[in-house]
Amino acid sequence: MRLLRTSTFQITVLYAVVLAISTAAVALFLYWSTIGFLQRQTDQTIEVEIAGLRETYRSQGLNGLTRVIGERIRAGDDAEALYLFADSRLRPLAGNLDTWPELVSTEDGWYSFLLQSDEKQTNARARVLQLREGLVLLVGRDISNLDGLLALAGGALIWGSGLAIALALAGGVFMSRRVLKRVENVNETTRSIIGGDFTRRVSTRGTSDEFDQLADNLNHMLDRIENLMGDIRHAGDSIAHDLRTPLTRLRHALESTSTTDDIDTMREGIESATEDADRLLSTFSALLRIARLESGGYRLRKERLRLSDLVDDALELYSVIAEERGIEIQTQLDTDTEISGDRDLVFQLVVNLLDNAIKYTPDDGSVSLTVVRSGQDVMLAVTDSGPGIPENQIDKVTRRFYRVDASRRRPGSGLGLSLVQAVADHHGCKMRLANAAQGLAVEVVFTSAVSDSQAFSS
Amino acid sequence: MFRSGRRRTVTMAGSKVWREKKYVRLLVIEDDPSVAAYIRKGLDELGYTVDVASDGKQGLFLATSETYDLLIVDRMLPELDGLSVVQTLRACDKTVPVLFLSALGEVDDRVQGLEAGGDDYLTKPFAFSELKARVEALLRRGQASDSTVTELAVNDLTMDRLARTVRRGGEHIELQPREFRLLEYLMRNAGQVVTRTMLLEHVWDYHFDPQTNVIDVHISRLRSKIDKGFETPLLETVRGAGYRLG
Repeated sequence: MRLLRTSTFQITVLYAVVLAISTAAVALFLYWSTIGFLQRQTDQTIEVEIAGLRETYRSQGLNGLTRVIGERIRAGDDAEALYLFADSRLRPLAGNLDTWPELVSTEDGWYSFLLQSDEKQTNARARVLQLREGLVLLVGRDISNLDGLLALAGGALIWGSGLAIALALAGGVFMSRRVLKRVENVNETTRSIIGGDFTRRVSTRGTSDEFDQLADNLNHMLDRIENLMGDIRHAGDSIAHDLRTPLTRLRHALESTSTTDDIDTMREGIESATEDADRLLSTFSALLRIARLESGGYRLRKERLRLSDLVDDALELYSVIAEERGIEIQTQLDTDTEISGDRDLVFQLVVNLLDNAIKYTPDDGSVSLTVVRSGQDVMLAVTDSGPGIPENQIDKVTRRFYRVDASRRRPGSGLGLSLVQAVADHHGCKMRLANAAQGLAVEVVFTSAVSDSQAFSS
Repeated sequence: MFRSGRRRTVTMAGSKVWREKKYVRLLVIEDDPSVAAYIRKGLDELGYTVDVASDGKQGLFLATSETYDLLIVDRMLPELDGLSVVQTLRACDKTVPVLFLSALGEVDDRVQGLEAGGDDYLTKPFAFSELKARVEALLRRGQASDSTVTELAVNDLTMDRLARTVRRGGEHIELQPREFRLLEYLMRNAGQVVTRTMLLEHVWDYHFDPQTNVIDVHISRLRSKIDKGFETPLLETVRGAGYRLG
């Protein structure tokens, strides 16, 4: 019974049924418009003749009628025309039929009867006209030709329909096989991906039809999943790698305290171990914070903030570091920069960007900070005069623990920009990193049009 | 209510205040036995008397029937959650200071905790030094009527909050507004360790993670102004914990 459930079978049957119904409809129409038309024409001819003969009888009497019938038979230009004039006991008086036939009434005023001629029987159709003193006149036509035509047409229709249904079944099988083969192609690929071969992709025919689009979408989805998995794997590797160093240091520090009797060495070891443990804790906190922001588990407490105020505060906090290294911070802060956001998170974003900019700017370099409003948007831009980021890595630096090789030796968790990205995403901001003329430029655009109702609902 | 008659008058000088520490009673409402034990052990060693309640109902019962100087309340508790415990206490006009604890991964909305009547907020995992510093700051806050004090003094360092002047040994010290706030906070918590996070929250008014040692830089600037040229350094760095003035 598996056959009944296959799409091939279902599509084929559906296809055949639809074709059979449409063939039947066409046949009926053909029948009605050809055979039916001929039948109606025959009936009309008989009607017209009866009307003519009735008129003759009225004007010229019995003799006239007999004469006209006689003339028509003799003229013989209508071989199918049948006439029989009979008395009240149905004994033939004139006409081209030998005996009064056995009439079978078909419909109102119409009769059919069998016509015996030579060795074959044919069908005939007739009307009967009642005359005076029980005399009757039968006017009819031999419809053997019509019957032949009917049989021919019927045969043609039956054969034609049979052929059509057979073609429909074959076509259905062929078409559904063809379509399902492409579905099977997708199935087969996905099965092998489920089986573990993540490099497989669904093949396309290059016709960009629906199946190609399906395959393309599937392939894009797979690429995206592969990228995400790569990110996760990379993050996992990096966590292991980046946490190993402080853990190793911590272990050494603890070890040194257990192998010494000198109280100062011991204290030093414990202090160093505490610092490393703190660093690990803060790395984990940052990781968890990013994870929670990304998973949407963080409840935003949005309020109206003036971004330039937050930037001022961050500048006030960090300018001391810049001063020590002779870095000049240029600012251009619009005052009309209200946004809706979580104060602590947005401040963290500003601080991380500023901290990064200062960190990667060489001594005596410069950092520029701008907050500008344009329409509904408020843009924060931080540009440093550091080495920038190699173009092929620019979209990777927001990944967790991703560090451009050149910066590996600098202090930092490799989580700063990840957190910035997570906060930006959480606030519906657009974030863009680009290499500027002298260093890296990061732009974060806050759209203040973001629904205020949502912002204050929590 | 936590000002027992046995405690002597409080001064900002610090070290004397806690001689009678053992009479300070703390209640820890925490359902995780290992965390509760960790906190209790640490606070015991500091000389506090610590009670532990393992669920919200028991905690609320103890907090209303006994007298405590400080409550340490976990946010997620069986029976009755931490927020409700504190809200109920506040509704009963209990003004005991409350320090909220919350694990990362839970809804650690600081503002929500503070609005419910909490006085401070600490996110797990935390270093014990951070908890200690905050507990001491909260206990201290309950004792000194902060905001009305106009003159602060630590050794020979004096601050006039109204005139916004700082002197050491009679010598005038020029401070930037932020340095003034930083010093004020340190003086209010004189003798106690304050952590970097506490400084960020109270002096800069932001709860965030400063990627770098930016606070150290501010502290060393302040130190160069108040300690340079004087024989006894007042502002010391406590490794692995924070800073201490006096």
